[in-house]
Amino acid sequence: MKNQKNKKRLPPFKILSTTAILGYGFPESSFKRGLSKKPDLIAADAGSTDPGPYYLGSGKSFTNRTAVKRDLRLMIKAGVERKIPVIIGSAGGSGARPHLEWCLDIVREIAREENLHFRLGIARADVDKDVVLKALNQKKIKPMPFVSELTPEAIFQSENIVAQMGIEPFVKLLQKGSEVIIAGRSYDPAVFAALPIYLGYAPGLAFHLGKILECAAIAATPGSGSDCALGILEEDDFILEALSPERKFTPQSAAAHTLYEKSDPYQLPGPGGMIDLRECSFEDIGNGRVRVRGSKFIPADPYTIKIEGARLIGFRSISIAGVRDPIMITKIDSILKSVEIKVREILKDNGNNGKIYFHVYGKNGVMGELEPIKKILSPELGIVIETIGKTQEEADSLLALTRSILLHYGYEGRISTAGNLAFPFSPSDVAMGKVYEFSIYHLMEIDDPANFKTEIEEL
Amino acid sequence: MKNKKKTSILKVARVIRSKNSGPFELTLDIMFKERRYYQLFKEKKIITPAKIAHLYGISKAEVLKIVYFEPSQAIKITLRRKIPSGAPGDTDIYGAQQHAPLLYLTF
Repeated sequence: MKNQKNKKRLPPFKILSTTAILGYGFPESSFKRGLSKKPDLIAADAGSTDPGPYYLGSGKSFTNRTAVKRDLRLMIKAGVERKIPVIIGSAGGSGARPHLEWCLDIVREIAREENLHFRLGIARADVDKDVVLKALNQKKIKPMPFVSELTPEAIFQSENIVAQMGIEPFVKLLQKGSEVIIAGRSYDPAVFAALPIYLGYAPGLAFHLGKILECAAIAATPGSGSDCALGILEEDDFILEALSPERKFTPQSAAAHTLYEKSDPYQLPGPGGMIDLRECSFEDIGNGRVRVRGSKFIPADPYTIKIEGARLIGFRSISIAGVRDPIMITKIDSILKSVEIKVREILKDNGNNGKIYFHVYGKNGVMGELEPIKKILSPELGIVIETIGKTQEEADSLLALTRSILLHYGYEGRISTAGNLAFPFSPSDVAMGKVYEFSIYHLMEIDDPANFKTEIEEL
Repeated sequence: MKNKKKTSILKVARVIRSKNSGPFELTLDIMFKERRYYQLFKEKKIITPAKIAHLYGISKAEVLKIVYFEPSQAIKITLRRKIPSGAPGDTDIYGAQQHAPLLYLTF
């Protein structure tokens, strides 16, 4: 196709990425500058697994509703008024049904308040447990590195299971005339790459550009996740442009971003294939702009997508306290061990088998087992006592007991006999609620990548 | 090099950072101030799975890979997370403060 002489060259396709995660905000001045460049697409990624398994498991968003509404209002208003498609992926942070509904609710509210009318495309990322189980039985599921093999038990226990969709469901919704698309869990670059790939731009360039734009201006210097960036896709390259006078893209800043949050910067696997950057080059073309060439896409057969799930494993309570006694600090490890033994002794007949964790800041609270410095160098320690029980009551009572035993524990050599802990707060104990863990983080082979549930809603 | 005194990595690195690469991996980046330092590290194989394992007190099998990335003059090291992000006992959900042992590296 590429060598066809009579083929019309594709015009530059401009993508306005507003913010690294919907709800992280962006300056209106940058957004206006972006709009003045007459973009062909306004898009943002709204999700991540980074904030941990709680959000996918609980169905809650890790972003703030007011902040998400503010970002969406600016994007949708500008997009609908100017007839520029607006695409959001991984709605509500984790992109499962409750997150998507949360985001759709905000979109409908904005449409009402601003008296905007548009065709809303919706793509759902939830995967039925039966579908996952069937794929498991057909040996179509593989774990990601360091993840254990998937079990039927893990599938049944997962609260929400989502798949990272590729571009196909977006294309389906664009073909149906969607002006705004809100999708559940999506491969981050898909919201930026779907429309241009559909229009005929090279997938390697489109996906690589999407990979950079999904973090908005983080790849500029100085980087920011709360500022807009412009990507201009051309037939054989793409250009990155900052939209605030305080930032620019440099070959180094753009290349460095390619390293961010991934294990291999040359080969970036995604739905249905891999972005191959082995022949990629970054060139400074002046005025804070960078031209990128050579990014390729290598399709994979079979087509695999990443599936994610989180399961409830209990309830958490915590108490925060400080220690300043130098005698106690030198013996902290043995004291904490003895305290746990005492707690277990008292509880041995009541069936409370909850877990106790001491996060000792000033010792190894940040790195745990990985901490190479074993000697305590700080004059004070911060201790977060954490308990996890089968119920909140179990976690609460385990914490209360552990906290009070540590407070009054008569360790050897103690001369401070009134209390071992400085509590900054009353009450000292906090019920933290449900605890989740990632139960699914696997690749699943699928036959039809467009086979995500899609809907059209006229607003 | 006649001078046997070891040099700190802080003299040659511009960025040293850590972050999750998904909930089960921790990825460490070292970006160099100048191309020659990157070349030196690459040619002399200063960063090895054994060295990383030693710095972090982990086994070599827990070092998934070490990649040299030309466009950024950077070395990327990916480790197994001892505890997946957010699972009980985790200390750093984003994995953003696990880079410190690299700062003690000398060569």
